[in-house]
Amino acid sequence: MTRSFREKLIRKAFFGFAAVSIIFLLLIILFLFREALPTFQFVSIGRFIFGMEWYPTYEPPEFGIWPLIVGSLVVTSFSTLIAVPLGVLSAIYISEIAPPAVKEILKPAIELLAGLPSVVLGFFGMVVLAPWLQDTFDLPTGLNIVNASIMLAVMAIPTISSISEDALYSVPREFKEASYALGATRHETIVKVIVPAALSGISTAVILGMARAIGETMVVLMVAGGAAAVPESIFDSVRPMPASIAAEMGEAPFRSNHYHALFATGVVLLVLTLAFNFIADYVSHKFRETGSATL
Amino acid sequence: MRDGDIIVTQDVNFYYGSFRALTGVNISFEKNRVTALIGPSGCGKSTLLRLLNRMNDFIEQTRVEGKVLFEGRNIYDPEVDPVEIRRRIGMVFQKPNPFPKSIFNNIVYGPRLAGGMSRTDLESLAERSLKQAVLWDEVKDILGQSAMMLSGGQQQRLCIARALAMKPDVLLMDEPTSALDPISTAKIEELMEGLKKDYTIIIVTHNMQQAARVSDYTGFFYLGRLIEFNRTGKIFTTPDMKQTEDYITGRFG
Repeated sequence: MTRSFREKLIRKAFFGFAAVSIIFLLLIILFLFREALPTFQFVSIGRFIFGMEWYPTYEPPEFGIWPLIVGSLVVTSFSTLIAVPLGVLSAIYISEIAPPAVKEILKPAIELLAGLPSVVLGFFGMVVLAPWLQDTFDLPTGLNIVNASIMLAVMAIPTISSISEDALYSVPREFKEASYALGATRHETIVKVIVPAALSGISTAVILGMARAIGETMVVLMVAGGAAAVPESIFDSVRPMPASIAAEMGEAPFRSNHYHALFATGVVLLVLTLAFNFIADYVSHKFRETGSATL
Repeated sequence: MRDGDIIVTQDVNFYYGSFRALTGVNISFEKNRVTALIGPSGCGKSTLLRLLNRMNDFIEQTRVEGKVLFEGRNIYDPEVDPVEIRRRIGMVFQKPNPFPKSIFNNIVYGPRLAGGMSRTDLESLAERSLKQAVLWDEVKDILGQSAMMLSGGQQQRLCIARALAMKPDVLLMDEPTSALDPISTAKIEELMEGLKKDYTIIIVTHNMQQAARVSDYTGFFYLGRLIEFNRTGKIFTTPDMKQTEDYITGRFG
């Protein structure tokens, strides 16, 4: 075997492996759309997305997923509101402020949080947080938006924190030195130099955290309460899209209208997640303070 | 302390962990003069430079002994605010390190933090500083653009302008031209000549021709000790110490 032939072979092999993973992904998406499209033979796209009623097993059935979309968006936004400050600030603390000894404990601890199985978090939400919420605020149920948002935030914090920390850590030491040498304090250096220089990485971290929250199934299935209605208060129960798909897919007869409608819900979820990624990309480009240091 | 000395070190020892990087350094820097610190790699000259505005504070497990007097006051006194010191003793680094911000925002970064200046003040300060650093003509129309677009030599002059915008008394330069081409180097050397009347400049350099060209005084360091300190003319023609002569004639280092 000549050397150039071997090189060619290796290159082909790597291309093959790379192609396989992309092909799998494309096939999944293809399958998703193939199963979803029949939905729009019995319900219009507008009626499906903006319909207020989700009664897939009634006679006649109603396939409006607006309450599910709102449920997903509401718990995702609230969990982001909780997770972003906590995640980003803890990243700043770990990478810039904490003494080495504290850092050595905190960093693995937060990463450990990422390894918690979501069913464990969901269980915690059900048996600890839900009764507490119910008693404290005198509610009919503790399985609601607040509960789901808090639990999703706990899931998103490690993602946001560790990616933000990587971004902060990769800010060149030269920038910090330049700032200190100009008479800036550590606090000023963090706010004016380090965070802005890491902003594109931090915004990526935030969006990835949100993507994790919106796609998360088990937690919302367990603690969001499951009511397919547009919520009127943060203590109302909701039924986010992933929870709906997970709960109903087992009962929906194969290739029934209900089955297709659940796949169509999956497509909407996919589109939303893609939108998050595009926004992340756009924001990170907009915030990036052009380029890296060059000589 | 003689009149006209702005910084004086007294028996300074410096440790990285248990490694002693500087031993018994006594050196005086005269006001409105350029002093060059030369010596082979690892001799402690950069360490000494960074001691003078307390930049070594940010390195873990370091320790200073002795005194560094700036205008008669020991900057390592516990009640001295290092931020105050760094505002008055500016620094230019080996690698040009503009912030990833616009040219204008780079210049006014320090003064804005120090506070008390209006937008017009900042604008005229930016113009003045850029003129001092002989960069104004090249950038006056692109002040809003990212400093990262400038060439290496322009970036380094921007860093000098940024340090000058703080109106410091002393400018520390840590091998400021080692990453630059000869033309940019010549521009910066020329610039230092002009800055001398307003500032005290202390420059660390590996380039002995540069030390001979730009400085009034030269200190030669070897293995953490100040071997010889003298007028630059004397050091490069008739040094007192054998080691100095060996180094400047290229026998080692």
